[in-house]
Amino acid sequence: MSLDFKPDLGDFFKEETFRDDFTFKNSPASIARFPFPFDRDEYMYSVNMEPHVSGRPGSVFEKTFDVDEHYVSEMIDRAKVLAEDPLRCQSLPHMTLAGWDLLELIMDSTARDYPQWFSLHKNANQWHWINRPLGIDQKFTFLDGSTLPYGPMEYITRQMQGDFSLQDERDGNLWMDAGMITTQADWSLDFDVGMNFMEWHAPVPLAHEKQVFDRALKFLLKLQNGSPVRRFNWTMTVNPLLDTAPETYPKWGPTKASLTPENLGSKQHLRVELQALFRLPRSNAIAFSIRAYLGKFEELVTMPKWGRRLHRVLRDIHPEIAAYKGFARNQPAMVEWLAKYDDGKPTSAGWWPEPE
Amino acid sequence: MSKTIFPQSIKSRPVYATLEPRPGKAHLVIADGEGADALGDLLDKAPDRAGMLGAMHILYTPGPNGTDLWAKVQGFGAAQTYRAPTIPAMLPRLSKVVSEAHMGTQFYVTGTEGLMGQAEREIMMTGLPFGAIQKEHRGSTLRRVQCVHCKGITENVALDPFACSHCGLHLFVRDHYSRRIAAFQGVNIDAEDPGLVPAAVERFK
Ligand code: HEM
Repeated sequence: MSLDFKPDLGDFFKEETFRDDFTFKNSPASIARFPFPFDRDEYMYSVNMEPHVSGRPGSVFEKTFDVDEHYVSEMIDRAKVLAEDPLRCQSLPHMTLAGWDLLELIMDSTARDYPQWFSLHKNANQWHWINRPLGIDQKFTFLDGSTLPYGPMEYITRQMQGDFSLQDERDGNLWMDAGMITTQADWSLDFDVGMNFMEWHAPVPLAHEKQVFDRALKFLLKLQNGSPVRRFNWTMTVNPLLDTAPETYPKWGPTKASLTPENLGSKQHLRVELQALFRLPRSNAIAFSIRAYLGKFEELVTMPKWGRRLHRVLRDIHPEIAAYKGFARNQPAMVEWLAKYDDGKPTSAGWWPEPE
Repeated sequence: MSKTIFPQSIKSRPVYATLEPRPGKAHLVIADGEGADALGDLLDKAPDRAGMLGAMHILYTPGPNGTDLWAKVQGFGAAQTYRAPTIPAMLPRLSKVVSEAHMGTQFYVTGTEGLMGQAEREIMMTGLPFGAIQKEHRGSTLRRVQCVHCKGITENVALDPFACSHCGLHLFVRDHYSRRIAAFQGVNIDAEDPGLVPAAVERFK
């Protein structure tokens, strides 16, 4: 497969793979800033949303879109997924304007937050975008699709870590009418595109009964441009495979049966999604960014608090949640492996690590 | 009575009601199999049966279980009555009729889920208001299922799990339903343990 960009890793970005030989790993700095999603020793679904404002310097909350050491390799992986299956990126015809809104949001934010990597020069609608890590230099006319090599949503999300979906608002509901989904936790954009908030969330257990989705939707319908919100979601993935798609489940499903006590620490990953929601200015659509972070169990337990807490959360998780997230079969092995890192000491509130 | 009570399910799974006569300039009926009985019940409730029939176009096809109530359908005496041998054969005419329907047309869709899903999709593609479509399930519960892996659709699925008619993978049938595709989702049942396929159960009739 040939890439239509010329990556330049510099001295920050890592060359690594999320397939075949799976060379992905986190540097110590990347482990220290891992978005560990549990702020207490137990987990249950809730309407967990907070304003997406700039957080601790160096943390994944500092910038609007977090660009980290895995950026270039993740973009190469996305290009490969799309070459194999173009249906992972879809936009219904009425979503083009929302795509331009998203392009502007990502270009403005990243050029502001990472001037060393991205620049954007605007002269009325004549824009000049430079993405140095991917070696892209593009002059185009904003809102004129004929001046870009892809539709606006596809163009910009081929250059930004994380999945994105665009929700149209009508009839008091949100409709997932476009998306770039290549790092999903086992759900199909091709199947879900065109569904509303309740329909695409239909397979989730327990949360409907707890009114989580009714309340979340009400909250989102009031979302204002300029005041984005964020939340965490998480699951478990064997091997650092970003693309756990239902489409390819027969390929990666068997790896769930490959864990042993010896390889579990390096093969089993906690997969955390940092999700943010943005009201878009022209289309009034809502952009949803789903940024996946992978952490090996052996990396996470280098933070003693996380080792203790992950053990307790997984030991006590509701069986329907373990089944839905697809790790029920490996839960006993994971808990046993983690038990070594839980000395029973109390943990402090909040998710920040506490090196001891 | 072949009305089906479906078990409580997830929120993407369609639910169906009972057809009610509504005032309209035109009445388009799309039915298969036992849907003919629902149409009969609808007409019995109509305040102006003759007026409704005079503005009615019926598209009918036998059900996947073989039920063919064409004689009954013809006997209603609607302004236009058409019989297609199968759903795929009906679709070209359906899309033309639907694309020419104007505001004020009432849509009555009745019969199996496969028929209703595909008819509803045609109607929605025209941008006509969703609220003008009524659906009542009658007859077979056989499912139209899309393989999430190869994307091929298998019609009239009775067994769970079943072999995808396109790629051959053994699929279990979810209740997760896409109106855009007009199908339920099928997912490989032995993906994690290749070869371990449980015995098939006749879940849909
Ligand atoms: C509008 C943007 C959103 C989109 C596009 C979205 C999409 C999705 C999708 C596709 C799934 C997987 C469902 C499946 O199994 O097929 C999911 C799961 C879920 N979503 Fe959302 N979602 C959004 C917002 C939210 C919000 C605001 C909440 C807040 C409570 C939420 C809570 C959940 C939960 C609890 C799950 C289950 C996740 C798990 O256990 O792994 N979602 N979402």
